[in-house]
Amino acid sequence: MRRRLRHRALGALLQLGLLLFTGLAFAQAIDPLPFKDHAQEVRFQALTRELRCLVCQNENLADSNADLARDLRHEVFDLMQQGKSDDEIKQYLVDRYSDFVLYDPPVKSSTVLLWFGPLAILLAGAVVVVVTVRRRGRAAPVAVQDEKPNDEGDDW
Amino acid sequence: MSRLLPFFGFLLLVALFGFGIWWNTQHDQREVPSPLINKPAPAFVLPKLDDPSQTVSRDNLLGKPYLINVFASWCIACGEEHPVLMTQGKSIGVPIVGYNYKDAPDDAKAWLAKHGNPYDMVIADLEGRTAIDFGVYGAPESFLVDGKGVIRYKRIGPLTPEVIEKELKPAIAALAKEPAP
Repeated sequence: MRRRLRHRALGALLQLGLLLFTGLAFAQAIDPLPFKDHAQEVRFQALTRELRCLVCQNENLADSNADLARDLRHEVFDLMQQGKSDDEIKQYLVDRYSDFVLYDPPVKSSTVLLWFGPLAILLAGAVVVVVTVRRRGRAAPVAVQDEKPNDEGDDW
Repeated sequence: MSRLLPFFGFLLLVALFGFGIWWNTQHDQREVPSPLINKPAPAFVLPKLDDPSQTVSRDNLLGKPYLINVFASWCIACGEEHPVLMTQGKSIGVPIVGYNYKDAPDDAKAWLAKHGNPYDMVIADLEGRTAIDFGVYGAPESFLVDGKGVIRYKRIGPLTPEVIEKELKPAIAALAKEPAP
């Protein structure tokens, strides 16, 4: 009974995954562009995925249906046809729309907090934990040794 | 003391979240600062709306400061902005160049005929190609360009009487103090 339930749950999960996957496949085909080959299309998809649509800000250029996103996709496509590198294309958009178009903002003075803030908070937390544990260890070493092993058969 | 540490940590988080909420109500989250401020306006050549055989370029407009106002008949916020331009546009002291953005020319003409034309001239960008150079990502947007062709101020969203008083007019006054090019 249990096993059957588990099977069914697994099946549902697989179906959901498949559904999401096909959804993504559709999202890619917003507007067909005349790519030279498959490699170029893959590169285009990867690049537009790293760029933010400015009108519908939490969508990337690849997935957005907005008019501006379509224009910018065409712009990226044209720049690729001109033989521009990914960095040059990104710079082209940054020159016009600021770093905001990049989902991965560059490390600079205004983004240091964004990049390293969480790490700093994590380290501060670790320091607090280490200090607290050490202080407790020093305060009551005898009490810890005296304690009987708390094993009364209930394993969990 | 160390027992109070988690409490202080909690207070710190409350303060942080409080700041976040306050900060987000203080500014428009959709507003993207333009990297073009204090840089030369991108070169452009665009046809006039009422006579597409005539074109206007950036270099034609050099010499005197002007305001470029991006608008379109399909843009709802432009409808809010329009009456403000009609009543206050003449009083700001610089010519206003209408920048018709991705609009059907007939729609744009009908819109201006219906609501009035506050512009000294209207240029049309049907495909929105030049708009990408200007970093336009919506309408309305307004750019103040000085006599040397440098963008000095940008407003994203409609010009309101308050914005004109507090931001646009001081920016224009600052231009007037500079020696003419």
